[in-house]
Amino acid sequence: MAITTVAGTKREPGRPASPYPAGPRRRTSLGRKVRDNLTGHAFLIGAVICFGFFSWYPMIRGVVMSFQRTRRGVTTWVGWDNYDRIIADPSFWTAWKNTFYFTILALVLGYAVPFLVAILLNEFRHAKGYLRILVYLPVMLPPASALFLFKFYAYDPGDAGLFNSVLKALHLPTSQWMQSPEMTMPAMVIASTWMNMGGAVLIYLAALQNIPGELYEAAELDGAGIWRRIRHVTIPQTRLILVLLAMLQIVATMQFFIEPLILANGTGAEDSATSVAYLIYQHGFFQNDLNGAAALGVIMLVVLAGFSAVYVRLSSRQD
Amino acid sequence: MAQDSGTRTLISHAQLRRGRGKVIYWTLLAVVVVGFTLVFLGPLYWMVTGALKSGQEIAQTPPSLFPKDPQSQNYADAWNNLNLAKLLFNTFYYAAGALLFQLVLDTAAAYALSKLRPVFGNVILGLMLATLMIPAMVLIVPQYVTVIDLPILHINLLDSPFAIWLPAVANAFNIFLLKRFFDSIPEELMAAALMDGATPLRTLWSIILPMSRPILGVVSIFAVTAVWKDFLWPKLVMPSPETRTVSVGIYAFSGGTPMNVVVAASVIAAIPTVIVFLIFQRNIMSGLTTGSLKG
Repeated sequence: MAITTVAGTKREPGRPASPYPAGPRRRTSLGRKVRDNLTGHAFLIGAVICFGFFSWYPMIRGVVMSFQRTRRGVTTWVGWDNYDRIIADPSFWTAWKNTFYFTILALVLGYAVPFLVAILLNEFRHAKGYLRILVYLPVMLPPASALFLFKFYAYDPGDAGLFNSVLKALHLPTSQWMQSPEMTMPAMVIASTWMNMGGAVLIYLAALQNIPGELYEAAELDGAGIWRRIRHVTIPQTRLILVLLAMLQIVATMQFFIEPLILANGTGAEDSATSVAYLIYQHGFFQNDLNGAAALGVIMLVVLAGFSAVYVRLSSRQD
Repeated sequence: MAQDSGTRTLISHAQLRRGRGKVIYWTLLAVVVVGFTLVFLGPLYWMVTGALKSGQEIAQTPPSLFPKDPQSQNYADAWNNLNLAKLLFNTFYYAAGALLFQLVLDTAAAYALSKLRPVFGNVILGLMLATLMIPAMVLIVPQYVTVIDLPILHINLLDSPFAIWLPAVANAFNIFLLKRFFDSIPEELMAAALMDGATPLRTLWSIILPMSRPILGVVSIFAVTAVWKDFLWPKLVMPSPETRTVSVGIYAFSGGTPMNVVVAASVIAAIPTVIVFLIFQRNIMSGLTTGSLKG
């Protein structure tokens, strides 16, 4: 979604000074300046209060909470105890392993596929609108609805399930899907990609439409075939968006939660579905360990921030 | 029929109109249209018709393509047993309120940041944009703790619609979209309004907002669908059966309800967003891509 911002960058106008203190009333008194500023802040105050209560304050509170323990209404500082307890939990490492596995699988499937789909759709002169609507339709479904569809109809481990009937019709081996620890992750990634890829496709399509046609013409005149044109024109021209979307997707998929909750009843066969986000939920709201959950949240924040920093460095170094 | 965009893409028009290129183009188009219909519409068809089948028919192999004896019983059961009318009303109520709060407060904030620019405006904008970097799951626990005992005021917002409406306002992405759009509105218009003696509120109402209909539409759709699709947050802050949203309600019932009824309920829950999408698909598509930033 954040791509909208990238696509519009070129339309960013200059930033002339605010018209209010400018113009014929340049000789403003101090009183007028104060009043203008107060008016400005009056327009801001509602949103600022909401950010304060529900974004900025919780951010600090999360870090503070992770070093405290509340028992019977009494809150004490406990140092790194919460972190020690969370890391000692045998599910901790499993959850991280699962989360990385899910993220990598989702990247393989959910990153390349939308880009290729967008390149393909961009070439079509017909049925464009229809295809775009189709790709985006699943994005509009409530995730819970879509996942119940997958859980009950698509991933039915018997032969009556949608996927197994298709596999059977093609004479391929059927699968136990969510009942099999090996298939749990791929099955969750398939459902997640189906639900979410529409947004990425549309963003890529917009980026592709911004590529100047002359570049392709020039490449063609130089004798470049389709693949070389993709490699030397399409990809470099959309690199910024490719880089940005990869990062956004990784940060989003690392927080996957509703897929294990609905498809795998939380943990899945042999803990094969437990994600870090699910573990936060589990600690905070089932084991009544909000402090431990906050500590796990801080660990997740550090991992994601560290990853983002490395990623930004690597991708900017290539320039 | 033909939608010629007029711009040159990977493969030239000429190449696609001639002999071999033409054949490949039409074959590929047919394959993609059929394939995409199967992949994206197929599961939805399966969902809608599957919920029309009896428990016996859904379990048979091979599955039937059309329900042999379509019965609306599952849909009726879903509607009555899960109290879907109430759940849908709740979700609608939360979505409408979130929309209203965001339109008023986020538009005002974006207007202040873009046009009024009070002191520390950029600092506030920076702090707002910084929240985009914080993963939602990281905040879920401290946000929950905040909502059950709001600092200073000591109010418990559990089961109150404000627990959904107010956090929805803290949406840096929508503020950013709005601000970017307002930035593209020429300053001369603002100066002219000022010359005519218009107050900032009057300028916002009579000049900025009428020009900003496209972006307001996009932000509205984002605001409504975000509430409709959200799951974990409403699950946590709306724990009572009477205040649940539709997704959470279906989940709560999914354990002890026949699966066909759960899927029927899922279909009903998805209908409003699908209708919104089909009506506003042009706005949504352009909002997601470049259109939202055109002046």
